[in-house]
Amino acid sequence: MNGSASNSTAVAAAPLTEAVVRAVGLTKLYGETPVVKGVDFNVYRGECVGLLGPNGAGKTTTLRLLLGTAHPSGGTLEVLGLPVPARAAEMRRRLGVVPQFDNLDPDFTVAENLQTYGSYFGLSRAVLAERVPVLLEFAALTERADAKISALSGGMKRRLTLARALINDPELLVLDEPTTGLDPQARQLLWRRLRELLAAGKTLLLTTHYMEEAERLCDRIMVMDHGVILATGSPAELIRAHIEPQVVELFGPRAAEWLAADGAGRAERTEEVGESVLCYLHDERPLLDALAAAHGLRFTHRRANLEDVFLKLTGRDLRTAS
Amino acid sequence: MAIWGWVPVWRRNFLVWRKLALPSLLGNFGEPLFYLLALGYGFGSFVDQVQGMPYLMFLASGIVCGSAMNSATLEGLYSAYVRMSMQQTWEGILATPLSVRDVVVGEMMWTGTKALINSTPILVVAAALGAVHDWNALWALPVLLLAGLAFGAMALVVTSVATGFDFFMYYSTLIITPMFLLSGVFFPIDVMPGWVQGMAQGFPLTHVVAVVRPLMTGLPLVAPLLHLAVLMICAVLALTAATWLLRRRLIR
Repeated sequence: MNGSASNSTAVAAAPLTEAVVRAVGLTKLYGETPVVKGVDFNVYRGECVGLLGPNGAGKTTTLRLLLGTAHPSGGTLEVLGLPVPARAAEMRRRLGVVPQFDNLDPDFTVAENLQTYGSYFGLSRAVLAERVPVLLEFAALTERADAKISALSGGMKRRLTLARALINDPELLVLDEPTTGLDPQARQLLWRRLRELLAAGKTLLLTTHYMEEAERLCDRIMVMDHGVILATGSPAELIRAHIEPQVVELFGPRAAEWLAADGAGRAERTEEVGESVLCYLHDERPLLDALAAAHGLRFTHRRANLEDVFLKLTGRDLRTAS
Repeated sequence: MAIWGWVPVWRRNFLVWRKLALPSLLGNFGEPLFYLLALGYGFGSFVDQVQGMPYLMFLASGIVCGSAMNSATLEGLYSAYVRMSMQQTWEGILATPLSVRDVVVGEMMWTGTKALINSTPILVVAAALGAVHDWNALWALPVLLLAGLAFGAMALVVTSVATGFDFFMYYSTLIITPMFLLSGVFFPIDVMPGWVQGMAQGFPLTHVVAVVRPLMTGLPLVAPLLHLAVLMICAVLALTAATWLLRRRLIR
C-alpha cells in the first residue's frame, strides 16, 4: 500500500473516524460467569450508538466498564483517548451519565440537584450560576427550579437526570435505558432533547429495549445478547443484511395449523411468537393471495423492521425478553 | 482534587443538614439538658461526690463523649446506608471524577462534624449549669471531633458490609451499647469488677472520656497522647478497611 495515499485518506476521514470509545476483547466475569465475552467495538465522535438487547444481555455491565465503575477481567478499553479504568477519574470529567434508575438527591430541589452535582466536578459557583439556568431551560424545568424531587413526574425526573449529566458539558453521554417507564409524550420530549444534543456535536451511547427508539435516534446499532455483540450497523443496514424485507403476521390459534397445511412452502422463514406466526419473505403476494382465499384468518402485512432482526439474531421476542 | 475530593461529599451532607438545622439543633440542646437535669440532680442527690466533684459535673463530661459516639455512629450507619443503598447517592457521585476514597473520607468527615454539632450543645448546657471547671473545656472540642471521626469510620466499616437496617442491630447491641455503659460515662471504671475494667480498656470510648473529662472538670490529664493515639489508630484502620470494603462493594 502506498504510504502517502493511505495518509491522505486518513486525514480526509479523520472527523468521521475519531473513536471516542475503543473496546478490544473486552471481557467481564462475575465469579465464574462471563457477562461480557470479549467484545470489540468503537464509538465515533458525533454519532449516536444504540446498544440493543434483552435484559441480562450484558448492556449495563458494558456501560459500567466504560465508566470505570466495573473493572474488566480482560481486554483493553479506551474512552475519550484515556485508558479505562486506569485513568477513569480523569476521563469522567468529560463524560455524562444517565443511569438506568434515577438517583436524584431527594433532599434537594431541582436547581440544587444541578448545583450539588456540579460541585462533584469541582465547578465554581460562577460557572454553575451560568450553566444551571440554561440546563433548566433545556430540561423544560425552569418553572420547577425550586420544586422538590418528589413533586416531579417521571418524565421531569428523567429530564432533570439528563440535565444533571450535562452539567460538566461532556463530550460523550452514556444513557442506560433513558426512556424506560415514560409515557409517549414524555418519551417524545426526551428524544427531541437527545437529537438537539447530537446536533450540537455530542456523542451518545445508549442502551434501550425499544426498537422505535433505536430506529429513530441511532446512527448505528449494536445488537447484544449473552455478552456478545451479534451484529452492528445502521438500522437499514441491519434489516438489509439479516432479514427478508417483507413480513406477513398471522394471528390466532389456527395460524400455525393453516400454515403447515394450505400455506406450506409459501413463507421463506417463519417465527412463532406467542399465538402469532411471522412469515418472512421477499415476495409476499402468493402468501397474501392464499390468505385471502382462506376464511377466518386474521393477518397483517408490513415491512421488516429492527424487531424482526432482533428476533432472528437473539431468538427472543423483545416484548417478552424482559 | 485528589486530596480535597472529599470536600464536595462533605458539603452535600452539610447542605442537607442545614435545611433542617433549626429543629434538630433544638433537639440537640433539649435532650441533654433534661438528661443532665434528671440524672445529674436526681441521681446526684444520692451521691455525695465522684472523684472529688459533684455527680452532675462528672456526668456532663461523660455524656458529651457518649453523645459524640452515638451521633457519629448513627450517621455512619443509618444515614450513610440510606445514601448508599436507597438513594444511590454514592453511585451518582462515582459517575463523576470523585473516587470511592473521596466518598468514604467525605462521609467520615461528616460523621465527625455531626459528633461536634451534637456534643457542643451539651458542653454549653453543662457550662450554663456550672458543671464545667474552666475555659480549658473548649479543648474538648477537637478531641470530640477526633472521636467522631473514629466512631464514624468504624460505623462505615459496618455499613460497607451491611445487607439492611437489621444488620446494624448487632453492632448497636453488641458493641455500642456496652461501650456506652461501661466506658466511664456514667460511673468511674474503677468501681467495676476487674474483668470489666480490662474490657473497658479495649473500648475507644474509654480513651475519649480519659481525655475529655479532665479537660472539662479540671482533673489532672494522664497520658493524653496515648489516648489520642489510640483514637487516631482506630480512625485510620477503620477508614482503610471501610475504603477497601466499599471499593469491593461499589466497583464490581
